[in-house]
Amino acid sequence: MREITFAEATMEAMAEEMERDSRVFLMGEDIARQGGIFGQFKGLPQKFGFDRVRDTPISETAIVGAGIGAALAGMRPVVDMHFVDFITVAMDEVVNQMAKIRYMFGGQCKVPMVLRAPDGAARSAAAQHSQSLEAWFVHVPGLKVVIPSNPADAKGLLKAAIRDDNPVLYFENKDLFRMKGPVPDGEFLVPIGKANVVREGRDVTIVSYSITLHKALKAADKLAEEGIEAEVIDLRTIVPLDKETIFASVKKTKHLVIAHEATKNGGVGSEVAAVVAEEMIDYLDGPIKRVGAKFVPIPFSPALEPLMLPQIEDIVAAVKEIC
Amino acid sequence: MEFSQEQLEAFYRTMYTIRSFEEKINDLFLAGEIPGFVHLYIGEEAVATGVMANLRKTDYITSTHRGHGHTIAKGADLKRMMAEIFGKRTGYCRGKGGSMHIADFSIGMLGANGVVGGGFNLAVGAALAAKLMGTDQVAVCFFGDGASNRGTFHEGLNMAAVWKLPVVFVCENNQYASTTPYRTTTSVENIADRAIGYGIPGVVVDGNDVFAVYEAAQAAVERARSGGGPTLLEAKTYRIKGHFVGDPELYRTRQEVEEHLENDDPLKNFRRQVLAASRLSERELAEIEAQVREEIEEAVDFARKSPFPAPEELFEDLYVESGEAACGK
Repeated sequence: MREITFAEATMEAMAEEMERDSRVFLMGEDIARQGGIFGQFKGLPQKFGFDRVRDTPISETAIVGAGIGAALAGMRPVVDMHFVDFITVAMDEVVNQMAKIRYMFGGQCKVPMVLRAPDGAARSAAAQHSQSLEAWFVHVPGLKVVIPSNPADAKGLLKAAIRDDNPVLYFENKDLFRMKGPVPDGEFLVPIGKANVVREGRDVTIVSYSITLHKALKAADKLAEEGIEAEVIDLRTIVPLDKETIFASVKKTKHLVIAHEATKNGGVGSEVAAVVAEEMIDYLDGPIKRVGAKFVPIPFSPALEPLMLPQIEDIVAAVKEIC
Repeated sequence: MEFSQEQLEAFYRTMYTIRSFEEKINDLFLAGEIPGFVHLYIGEEAVATGVMANLRKTDYITSTHRGHGHTIAKGADLKRMMAEIFGKRTGYCRGKGGSMHIADFSIGMLGANGVVGGGFNLAVGAALAAKLMGTDQVAVCFFGDGASNRGTFHEGLNMAAVWKLPVVFVCENNQYASTTPYRTTTSVENIADRAIGYGIPGVVVDGNDVFAVYEAAQAAVERARSGGGPTLLEAKTYRIKGHFVGDPELYRTRQEVEEHLENDDPLKNFRRQVLAASRLSERELAEIEAQVREEIEEAVDFARKSPFPAPEELFEDLYVESGEAACGK
């Protein structure tokens, strides 16, 4: 199979969907003339014009708000947040408007909109350009949340998100943009709400997603050297959570570790752990462990940044504590 | 400007419907028949009426927590409005929204909004959609003087101006941001003065004169429809009732309200003008009033007799179940 980068995969998804449906358009800061700060939109305006791929003012509330308004009026907007950190500026739009409008109005309308948000700590971008904030949106009914870990899923999930009639938050890790991987030719979708068992194993389940998934796989390699066979699950979608896949794995392995780059406190790992504890506690042979970033803002210095982020060794250690 | 007999009757019918609807809501709320809390539009009827008379069914509006007047003027069904305010399943939002969240997408009413300043950019987006689809639809955003101090106002006006979108921003300056007087919160004499910061026309109009509002809105709507871009239209008006029903109104005197009611009530203004010009008679006005009162009684009756939502409806309307499925009731 051909190999392309994660960024190229998202570009293909955008181009195919814009080709297919004239209601799909894209807006955000620095996306048209500059092609996106990670190059993830390069070439799209040349193909579709500067009306359908539009540079916006630095006005996050207006960008997200206008996306919602356009969706209500029949368009299918894809809105880029530049950095997920700036979604904080548009929280009313995301939480009070985008998520709730359909329910509040009794199903009269829909908001078929995708909010793309590059996240993750990369190259000392410090506290306001490095966060992973996906857990906040687990708490808000009305949204779907997807978070791919590889080029194929990046393409398939983005296409599925654009075609979904609900508002979808699409988190894409900045360091994954350059990752190369096999992506099938032509049309394919990755269904929203389906996790992927990336590696099978009998001793412990490691639930992860996005860039940390790759650390989990490396941790699994190391554990295998010591005779511990880890099953690694890539969630791919956080809302709705694929409980079935998680439960089936936990039933088999009887041990659970959840690993992500976002802050451990109140993270997605907390939710997964709680769900498993509520419904599967009888199957567990040990405590559930969470691995995540430490409870501190992301520091600038290259000497400090790696200390606060979860590393392969942290996942290995967590597994060994319970297995 | 010359107005036809039909236009005059329509103006009065709309204004009187809003006034009577709101008075009825006031009484029903105080009688304990309406849950939650309600914000009344009494005193501001000429704004919704004068603006909406320039719009087509396919044009969009966004509204506020004080949204009953806009909804009525855009042509919504009184029965479904009343049922929604009662929390009944026959209401516009099947009882999920209530007074602060009435919407009717079939007439371009994109919803009242419980967040002050929440509607600006929804209107901007609807206008962007119209532009991208190449229709000549216009979006009108209603908001209050209080909302003009939200960041959404400034971001929305700039975006609409730089993209020359077909939006009309209608500020209903009713002198109070909830309970705080305009003068104590806002740095400019007129909200419309802020238009200069976005390079668009800013127009001040007497919001208690439906004719003046109509004419000013006509120019703004035509400008938007013909590709001229947005206008900021400020209607100076007055909120005769409190911020919400039950507001003790500690921030103003009873005398201030009485004086306004006596001298600048938009319905009284209208009556004075059409009677003095012999355009409508007392009898004609009384006929409209009688018809409206009957419609409102029918709406109340409908709401009272309608069932509440069933428990199994709690989770309905949250997600669209299938991708690209047709949506809407």
